[in-house]
Amino acid sequence: MELAFVIEKVVLVTVIFLITLGIAAYSTLAERKIAGFIQGRVGPHRAGPSGMFQPLADGGKMFFKEEIIPAESNPWLFIAGPCLALLTASIGSAVIPWGQDLVIGDRVIQLQVADINVGILYIFGIVSLGVYGIMIGGWASNNKYSLMGAIRAASQNISYEIAMGLSLIALLMVTQTLSLRGIAEQQAGFWQNGWFSWNVFCQPLGFLIFLVCSFAECNRTPFDLPESENELVAGYHTEYSGFKLGAFLFSEYINMFVASAVMSTLYFGGYNFPFMNHLGLSDNVVTILGVVFLFAKIFFFIFFFMWIRWTIPRFRYDQLMNLGWKVLIPLSIANIVLTGIWITVKDLM
Amino acid sequence: MESLSNRKKVLEQKPMTFGEKIYLPSIAKGLAITFKHIFKKRETIFYPEQERPVSENWRGLHSLKRDEQGRERCTACGLCALACPAEAITMTAAERKKGEEGLYREEKYAAVYEINMLRCIFCGLCEEACPKEAIYLDGPFLEADYLRKDFIFGKDKLVEEPLKS
Repeated sequence: MELAFVIEKVVLVTVIFLITLGIAAYSTLAERKIAGFIQGRVGPHRAGPSGMFQPLADGGKMFFKEEIIPAESNPWLFIAGPCLALLTASIGSAVIPWGQDLVIGDRVIQLQVADINVGILYIFGIVSLGVYGIMIGGWASNNKYSLMGAIRAASQNISYEIAMGLSLIALLMVTQTLSLRGIAEQQAGFWQNGWFSWNVFCQPLGFLIFLVCSFAECNRTPFDLPESENELVAGYHTEYSGFKLGAFLFSEYINMFVASAVMSTLYFGGYNFPFMNHLGLSDNVVTILGVVFLFAKIFFFIFFFMWIRWTIPRFRYDQLMNLGWKVLIPLSIANIVLTGIWITVKDLM
Repeated sequence: MESLSNRKKVLEQKPMTFGEKIYLPSIAKGLAITFKHIFKKRETIFYPEQERPVSENWRGLHSLKRDEQGRERCTACGLCALACPAEAITMTAAERKKGEEGLYREEKYAAVYEINMLRCIFCGLCEEACPKEAIYLDGPFLEADYLRKDFIFGKDKLVEEPLKS
């Protein structure tokens, strides 16, 4: 292990971490702005030019608020809940390939923190860990509403993880690899061998199921039952205040960012963009453009999350379970069967 | 029953077709509607800089009027306090001394006149009850403040500016 390698990775981790936090912070502003625009308002606009410093003001507010730990709660778990939520949210981005290799002199810098060959499994593991923060926080609050929210979060995440995993299996049958970098490389360009190279065009149903499930995994509307403010009084974070509440809210936005990055990488070509190999640009320029395109895709998905939030009302709890168990899981199994038949027929021909 | 207005609409509860059951077309339609709203005109009025126009008979903060010679019209008859459904008005009457004819129009005047703005419901009944046309609700909005005692408006805040001559 040479020193340069360590420095390279440390710099990469720091940059990605800062970008993640910055995007999560500005997602809160974007959410309020988009909510305002859709409802014919302007959203926050007082702090700085058109409200650009609003996230700083919100963060400052969170820091200076009184931290209340309820007397009847379990203080250790009460603190562990938001820490775990924030931790699991922020380590998810480690395996996402942000771009092709960057060549500086004779050094090849890989724009990915860890290219492990089970990248999808890692993401999946992290996503299922994410619910523990919510569960522990909700349970430790010693409050009926929080407990209800935590139970809802747990059952919702478990139900939708099955459909998510099954829709991923169909994708893996096509890609034949679990490495996210491998999957991104397979989708090079936009058009390959007489068909679109992005996975969304050969797995449209799988993508739809994955999209719906990631809404449920991120606890976003229309599946934000764990924190439904008008029935559960904010659900699992009823008793939280100050920065611990901030950690919960922040982890939700980081989750959204990671989910958008995963969706862009798995189904929308990751850092690939149309005509990337036909423009006659040098490799490094293509790499940088690829990073820009990946972030454009991620921003689109984050916008899509918010757009959906202000369009579709919340599901009822039984509707949520019906959709998960009776619709999405059979559909994703059917998707696996169809993909299998399609691959076999394609191989025979 | 026969509808008299001819506007009665009978809703049919047909079972949903497959296209309706998968919800996706209606979700796409909803998304299109919300997306269109992003580009519509914003209704926001930037309040402290910009104020919403109010109607002519809009009722704002009270003011105690003066007559054409700049004398206070109020005679402390108490009819406004009696009419007030929120019990917001209170006053103490006093007799006009010699030499104060330029200040008060009649022999009796209100030495203290207080309106508790937290009680006031801005109904305008005091305005209607006043036989001397002394009180009108023609002021601006009630502004926010920190202490309850600051919402009890005395004569210093209520009486109109003296005439400039």
